[in-house]
Amino acid sequence: MFQIVRKKELNANVTLMEIEAPFVAKKALAGQFIIFRVDEKSERVPLTIAGYDREKGTVTIIFQKVGLSTEMLGALNEGDSIRDFVGPLGKPTHTEGIKRVCVIGGGVGCAIAYPSAKAFKDAGAEVDVIVGFRNKDIVILEDEFRAASDHLYLMTDDGSYGEHGFVTVKLQELLESGVQYDEVLAIGPIPMMKFVSKTTEPFGVKTMVSLNPIMVDGTGMCGGCRVTVGGEVKFACVDGPEFDGHQVDYAELMNRNGVYREREQETAKTHICRIEKMGKELIR
Amino acid sequence: MANMQMTKTPMPEQAPDVRNHNFLEVCTGYTAEMAVNEAKRCLNCKKPMCVQGCPVNVRIPEFIQKVAEEDFMGAYEIITSTNALPALSGRVCPQETQCEAKCVRGVKGEPVAIGRLERFVADWYRENVNTMPEKPESNGIQVAVVGSGPAGLTCASDLAKKGYEVSIFEALHTAGGVLVYGIPEFRLPKAIVGNEVKKLEAMGVKVMTNMVIGRVLSIDELFEMGFKAVFIGSGAGLPMFMNIPGESLKGVYSANEYLTRTNLMKAYLEESDTPIIQSKNVAIVGGGNVAMDAARCAKRLGAENVYVVYRRGEAEMPARLEEQHHAKEEGIIFKTLCNPTRILGDENGRAIGMECIRMELGEPDASGRRRPIAIEGSEFVLDVDTVIMSLGTSPNPLIRSTTPGLETNKKGGLIVNEENMTTREAVFAGGDAVTGAATVILAMGAGKKAAAAIDAHLKK
Repeated sequence: MFQIVRKKELNANVTLMEIEAPFVAKKALAGQFIIFRVDEKSERVPLTIAGYDREKGTVTIIFQKVGLSTEMLGALNEGDSIRDFVGPLGKPTHTEGIKRVCVIGGGVGCAIAYPSAKAFKDAGAEVDVIVGFRNKDIVILEDEFRAASDHLYLMTDDGSYGEHGFVTVKLQELLESGVQYDEVLAIGPIPMMKFVSKTTEPFGVKTMVSLNPIMVDGTGMCGGCRVTVGGEVKFACVDGPEFDGHQVDYAELMNRNGVYREREQETAKTHICRIEKMGKELIR
Repeated sequence: MANMQMTKTPMPEQAPDVRNHNFLEVCTGYTAEMAVNEAKRCLNCKKPMCVQGCPVNVRIPEFIQKVAEEDFMGAYEIITSTNALPALSGRVCPQETQCEAKCVRGVKGEPVAIGRLERFVADWYRENVNTMPEKPESNGIQVAVVGSGPAGLTCASDLAKKGYEVSIFEALHTAGGVLVYGIPEFRLPKAIVGNEVKKLEAMGVKVMTNMVIGRVLSIDELFEMGFKAVFIGSGAGLPMFMNIPGESLKGVYSANEYLTRTNLMKAYLEESDTPIIQSKNVAIVGGGNVAMDAARCAKRLGAENVYVVYRRGEAEMPARLEEQHHAKEEGIIFKTLCNPTRILGDENGRAIGMECIRMELGEPDASGRRRPIAIEGSEFVLDVDTVIMSLGTSPNPLIRSTTPGLETNKKGGLIVNEENMTTREAVFAGGDAVTGAATVILAMGAGKKAAAAIDAHLKK
């Protein structure tokens, strides 16, 4: 069992949890992910690592409550435990030899973009960060990003905070102004990563994106997380999760990620029952 | 006087049209009476060929004599003196190509049903005795076992019996490897696997789940932690695909994923949160035991039509005859001499059909089997909404890529010497991680051999 040692609601939908997992904490690096399972009946759900404390032996995850498993996890509190927590999985963010980088986070993807920005900073790179949110209410990790970057550009879709516009607007502006990046790393919703890649392509800037396909084991065994990159089939769990953004088949990824959507909608009701039941059991 | 009945005593099983709607075990096992009757068919040969046919050298005639005498405890002790996991091997071993293939009774008539008897004895013990073993006196030497499949469990068991302090590192959340994620409940109930793991724990073996060696700890770090030897039994690895158009459509699975969702994650139970597609018409591509398992799972999950699509003929199918037979009985349709050319999708990216081409057999190829050749212009579309690719696996690179000095063959399997030692001192390996996809019993045999070699190595 893995104990939740800290819980913090970052906004109405996004939760931060620090989980006691000393083995994972010891090895975790930015860009890697974990798989958690709340209880014996739960799915295995991958989440990219948002932070780690090697001395305390804890790993931080930040997640949006979007389905049964994340709702169930979100219903737990400090002191509660979850059944499984395995990692670190996947390859870490490649920081070597990069002198100037632009890290782009979209929405809850910022949770994952943050440790990578920090890793670049720690490796001595000059780090620009562009983060985008729908509106002011869901802005997360602003102070953290400020500390981990040389320039922080905060964008909101509706202009309620920071600058008005999508992250690609700011990226285009920076590239046009002549800023030379060795690499752009984009982490967020699939359309955002796709459009970031489209933006950088004419400038010939290497662009990496962190993919989140459906996964079961996370060790290469099931192949459920296969994505097409440059015409080749890759497994996100062992070959990724970061890939060359100019080569990824985004349409295919979007399609595959929707495979269980209908079922999820159908079973939403019973799911809520289970969460309520779990809540009652916890109170007891 | 031996029982000269020519055929095996039949083993009761669920009727096909009943069992293809549930996940309960297909074969329900011998009663004591049936077992004694079958045991009496054994001639107790002076030179028992059957023992040579067994990868773990079970003392077959000796245990069968005990069964004939109704001394089931005695039989159990004889079996477990060489085989740690008889409830498993009695169920999933290909006896027809091993022990039973060598049985003299098979010359005229059917061989003695050695597998069924082994299973009976193991089940009798679990149901009537099942005392947990005691922890043997420790020799204080720590050994790490990577992977808790048949190779790892056997290796751990043999080492624990010799007094070693064994820790098993399992990547998934439940111990058992392919025995829990791959082989379905209806062929091998998971409670049986769980019971074997409990026995190991009673012997002092530490089972650490959620530990992906190669990521969370490297082989070198295991040595730094005080382990004196490491056994790698990490299994087969990454599923292969055909590289035909449409393999990324919704509704296309690898057999590994389909079976893992069904067996490990228990997607067939209402209470499980893990989803699986509710299919109407399913094609499984491939002809091995894994293909049979996937097909039979699909049927049980409610599919109306389940096809096994195989590019060679039925005689060339690598699946055990018994599995083919059970699958057919359950209504699985075999489409042999057919090869998929592409998978068709609808506007929502969902699979709606599989185009296949008919094949004919040509001259034998490198594997000795007649090579399938496509018949030009014979394409047809199979009406399916789900396609399960069961084409084998390629070894997982996780451990080899993080362990300096660990050499692999060109297929990616770990290279080992006759003692199952890899190219790294004190690192041993066995099972599919070495051979590529093979059988449970061969993995058990390798685990057993490696345990003896580890013991010899550490006593040097």
